[in-house]
Amino acid sequence: MIERRLERKVVQVMGMPISLALDGLHARTARGQQAWDEAVASLREADAVFSTYRADSAVSRLGRGEITLADCPSEVADVLALAAVARTDSHGAFDVRRPGPDGRLVLDPSGIVKGWAVDRAARALRQLPETDFALSAGGDMVCATARPDSPAWRVGIEDPRDASRILAVLPVRNGGVATSGLAHRGAHIADPRTGATPAAYASVTVLAGTLTDADVDATAAFVLGDDAPAWLAHRPGRHAFLVRPDGTTETTGFG
Amino acid sequence: MKRISYWVLSTITTVVLLFGYHTSTSGVLAASTSVQTPISGAASSGSSSSGSSSSGSNPPTDSTESSGTSAGSSAGAAAGTTSTSSTVTGDVAQTRWGPVQVELSLASGKITDVSVVQYPNENGRDIEINSYALPVLIQETLSAQSANIDMVSGATVTSDGYLTSLQSALDQANL
Repeated sequence: MIERRLERKVVQVMGMPISLALDGLHARTARGQQAWDEAVASLREADAVFSTYRADSAVSRLGRGEITLADCPSEVADVLALAAVARTDSHGAFDVRRPGPDGRLVLDPSGIVKGWAVDRAARALRQLPETDFALSAGGDMVCATARPDSPAWRVGIEDPRDASRILAVLPVRNGGVATSGLAHRGAHIADPRTGATPAAYASVTVLAGTLTDADVDATAAFVLGDDAPAWLAHRPGRHAFLVRPDGTTETTGFG
Repeated sequence: MKRISYWVLSTITTVVLLFGYHTSTSGVLAASTSVQTPISGAASSGSSSSGSSSSGSNPPTDSTESSGTSAGSSAGAAAGTTSTSSTVTGDVAQTRWGPVQVELSLASGKITDVSVVQYPNENGRDIEINSYALPVLIQETLSAQSANIDMVSGATVTSDGYLTSLQSALDQANL
């Protein structure tokens, strides 16, 4: 097993910190820097297309009915198709449409865009031979190890009641890890079926093959509440760590 | 340089994970895997299930991609043959974790619903363990020692919250 000698990078995109840990052949090299630049450019492009905070984004214009899906960059349809599958798979617990202030449905795909965008951005880093990376967007990340003798990435799962503490460590060689909860942003997750703020869990962390899958399932499971463990158990290739408001922890998918 | 101390581990419970990475024998194993009951009901009614259960020649794919592929090809086939409401069950897609099958509901050739009628089951995953079936969840009750972690996963950190976050400390420590 080799010791890690990490190169770290951070940038702010999409209103959140994007953190990279890089290790191996292309840490601290020009080619590694180039791959990081490409990953960041990819995230900025996703933000320009999908941001609901930017009035001129394709998604904002689509939501206002100024343009049709056919006028949008093709990735908008891709992401909305992913969202449709996620809504069906989660029995409606995940939905990119939510009621707006006037009661009309508002299109807000940000719940699926982040995972999708980071998976896409990570492609640039995957091109680096013999280089391991972990690319995180505000606490949700893609982990990859390209070298057979590398250690797994050690992902600390934050205590939702105290962000200075770690409740568990998840060793991940390859996969996406996402956590949903209300810790840092207050009540920003609502059940799309009822509008209620879920309260059964303080946080749900999901490990899946891709961050897109992990992120969607973490959000859906958080919304499903007490039904989450049974639902997660039927999801292929998912592993989950759930924390109750009193700090009790549960897992699914770990043997 | 800030010293970061994470309060970590006095008791450690190690849960060894049964993580089903597929091997090249996946087709055979998956074919013998029993199938779970449909998750979202809707037993496939009178649809032309083109269930040519694919064999080991299929490369293992991510389940999301598999669903997409099934949906795409089924929709194409259905659009040409149906003009009213119907359901179409797609081919079984072999994933790393076993077979996945998607059913589409169509009205006048347009997709009105997508449901997953076949998931890999737990036993299937257990059978498919191979030599790098590793991930381990270490559940740690915290006391004062380094957690020795590379990254932090938590509820989404905004740029404002980042300054106080653990990830920020990690990033600073290695910059």
